[in-house]
Amino acid sequence: MSKHSQAAERQRGGFDLGRLLLEGRAFFALIAIIIIFSSLSPVYFSTSNFLTMSSHVAIFGLLSIGMLLVILTGGIDLSVGSTLGLAGVVAGFLMQGVTFDMFGVTLYPPVWVVVILTCGVGAFIGAINGVLIAYFKVPAFVATLGLLYVARGVALLMTDGLTYNNLGGSAELGNTGFDWLGFNRLFGVPVGVLILAAVAIITLLALARTPFGRWVYSTGGNARAAELSGVPVKRVQVSVYVLSGICAAIAGLVLSSQLTSAGPTAGTTYELTAIAGVVIGGAALTGGRGNVRGTLLGAFVIGFLSDGLVIIGVSSYWQTVFTGAVIVLAVLLNSIQYSGRKKRAGKVSEPGSSDPKAPANPSSPSSKADAARVTSETESTAGKPATQH
Amino acid sequence: MAASSVQSVPVGEPADDIVLSARDVAKSFGSVQALKTVNFDVYRGQVTTLFGENGAGKSTLMKILSGVIQPTSGEILLEGEPVRFASTTDAQRLGISIIHQELSLAPNLSVRDNIFMGRELKGSMGIDYAEEARQTRALMEELDEPIDPLTPVEDLRLGQQQIVEIARALSVNSRILIMDEPTSALSATEVEVLFRVIRDLKSRGVSIVYISHHLEEALLITDHAVVLRDGVMTAYARRADIDLEWIVRNMVGENFDLGSPPTGHAMGEVALALEDISVADTAVPERSVVDHLSLDVRAGEIVCIYGLMGAGRTELLECVAGRIPLSGGRVVLEGEDISYLSIAERIAKGLVLVPEDRQRDGLVQTMSVGENLSLASIKAFTRWLLTSGSRERDVVDESIANVHIKTDGAKAEIGSLSGGNQQKVVIGKMLATHPRVVVLDEPSRGIDIGAKAEVFKLLAEGASKQGLAVVFSTSEVGECLSIAHRIVVMSRGRIAAEFGADASKEQIMAASGEAVVA
Repeated sequence: MSKHSQAAERQRGGFDLGRLLLEGRAFFALIAIIIIFSSLSPVYFSTSNFLTMSSHVAIFGLLSIGMLLVILTGGIDLSVGSTLGLAGVVAGFLMQGVTFDMFGVTLYPPVWVVVILTCGVGAFIGAINGVLIAYFKVPAFVATLGLLYVARGVALLMTDGLTYNNLGGSAELGNTGFDWLGFNRLFGVPVGVLILAAVAIITLLALARTPFGRWVYSTGGNARAAELSGVPVKRVQVSVYVLSGICAAIAGLVLSSQLTSAGPTAGTTYELTAIAGVVIGGAALTGGRGNVRGTLLGAFVIGFLSDGLVIIGVSSYWQTVFTGAVIVLAVLLNSIQYSGRKKRAGKVSEPGSSDPKAPANPSSPSSKADAARVTSETESTAGKPATQH
Repeated sequence: MAASSVQSVPVGEPADDIVLSARDVAKSFGSVQALKTVNFDVYRGQVTTLFGENGAGKSTLMKILSGVIQPTSGEILLEGEPVRFASTTDAQRLGISIIHQELSLAPNLSVRDNIFMGRELKGSMGIDYAEEARQTRALMEELDEPIDPLTPVEDLRLGQQQIVEIARALSVNSRILIMDEPTSALSATEVEVLFRVIRDLKSRGVSIVYISHHLEEALLITDHAVVLRDGVMTAYARRADIDLEWIVRNMVGENFDLGSPPTGHAMGEVALALEDISVADTAVPERSVVDHLSLDVRAGEIVCIYGLMGAGRTELLECVAGRIPLSGGRVVLEGEDISYLSIAERIAKGLVLVPEDRQRDGLVQTMSVGENLSLASIKAFTRWLLTSGSRERDVVDESIANVHIKTDGAKAEIGSLSGGNQQKVVIGKMLATHPRVVVLDEPSRGIDIGAKAEVFKLLAEGASKQGLAVVFSTSEVGECLSIAHRIVVMSRGRIAAEFGADASKEQIMAASGEAVVA
């Protein structure tokens, strides 16, 4: 018996290694990317380069975290790239001063007011998305696709297609400090990266330790069951789109601060990169599975990969091909992971049919497995007193 | 009664000609042995029914016979010749078809397209639709169900869809039809039609293997009974030699009892009062699926609602829980009108629903056993904004102990539990909110007899010890006569009759409008 259980133990150990590789794939991919590019280019492996790359990742990371919340509920938010662009434009517009013709005054809001108003714009777009999806039953794909166009259009209208280049503000007007949103560094770390870290920690806590987090996961896992358990499913759905909009607005602020300019076409197709980050991070597009850690890793994989390709001088066309391949590979691995899980659990889940013993069965499976196989013949002949002869 | 559970195969009768048999078939899934060297025979032109609890190995055996999976050991003999099926297509070629619990029809396509799906008849101009339609019409007429071949399957009633599925099996010349729980979603009349079709198939020499949880119903149609328990065949008998009790005894291995109404506790005030409530039909708003129905349930009382499919049971319970809106009347919980509260608010007030379909409405498959159990009572372990891991563990462990869930622990995947334990998770989740009124829609659906008895015991204890008001619905008469103090029979959205615990099955069935079949 002990020999058998040891065998089973070993088998399980081997299985777990494969599982570890599968589940930690985003992490191992990131390590592999760092090793490969470091060996190809001497500049890649340096603190300054990592910080530069991280400040690029900050944009995608912020979008991905908002996107993660939406995807966890089983939705999708295609409007985040446009929201990012619109947020930048709104911030740029506010920084130029708002003129009220009828009073003949121009107001120059301080930066913190600009930040709040810009986030409000993001939240507003998210709220439209959320209400359309939760209350009017518009498919998420279509509703957010519509907002993708609307937000981009509004950004272009506001600027007439031009870019705001002067975001510095001036000391007399009391609206300086925009460069503290992403351009500057604090203790040597780009502010954008710190903002990403803060947003990530808050989201991590919210998902793991608050009722809201549990509601998000249950809504994505099975909205009907969640509703019958008292989860305010519709409110949860609206909330995640609002949060995604806010994340996009923050990303817009960070990006325009980094670039010291705000253009209406900023962030075009970033929604797809954000989705890719979430998927590479192991989240299921069907909802209910995924976490902040994975999503951050996913964002870093994409950022470090594309920056690495630039550094070693690969043509941008090839970059696109590589990024696409990584995404397909990630989805492939996701489906392997989740179907494996289903197979293990699935044997019992067909309603009303045979379920070969819950693992809880006291006289239980794996350790007994080999022994059972050995004795199966004798056991079963003994165990069928009433069969036909 | 028919104590002779051990029988030798009846010999000499030409009617008992064996067409398909499994010899010493065993099947393991990883370390779990689902079947342990089973011998099973299918008789030509007769119905052989396989009885057994969930997990006894019925579906596994059927999947082996139909080529869905391959046995670990043992062999299958068709007309005495050993055969191997690598796939269902292989089995189908040899005349064996399986009709699954979940129908495998494409609802958007027509009857004709479903019947010829994957083997379309080719003409000179692409698919020969006219010929397909002609053959379809002929098949449907043979089955006495003249459905137009161009009707989309989604427009058909479930029973008719089942018949389309049978027609498809016949169209590939099946000699052996395996039916896995064919009646689970059918109304009494639809079951009648299905049984007529089965008798007709028998007379044409088609052999049927039948699986059902409705024991009484299966006894009406079967010629041979085989009982499986824990992957071992425990009994075989001809229909004439057995009765219901014989089957149940062999299935569970002992006499069982679904319990009796708890006594010895004082009933409290009226906890739930339904006052003249109506629910409109979603498809036809002028029609009511629940029609001016009134019912009072007192604290500590257990009320069973019996009714056929379509009697309005589910609609009644869902509107009480707040899932669907009332079109008239009031729902009153302990003196307070809760008709317009949301589901969450009703749960907070102490009224919970355990839904009928636990896969669709009860469980979050992506979450663990513990997370499922605590989902409805998160507030109980939240302080300020954050949940407390240790207090959640307490809540979960208490639930696991209270409702006797067999699991590896709170972290186990919900899909790793058996049907009965999954049902207990759904019940435990709702009980963890400390309700005053528990409403359960078919709590025994798709779980085995042992688990059923446990669920009923749990409800009886809740009523007698905590003074819970319990309302549960069922479509099996036997379950009415278990723990319920009062039995309410629903028919067409109204209460057709009300009985005490001493009612007889015949009375209940007659009141529901169900034909009493001998």
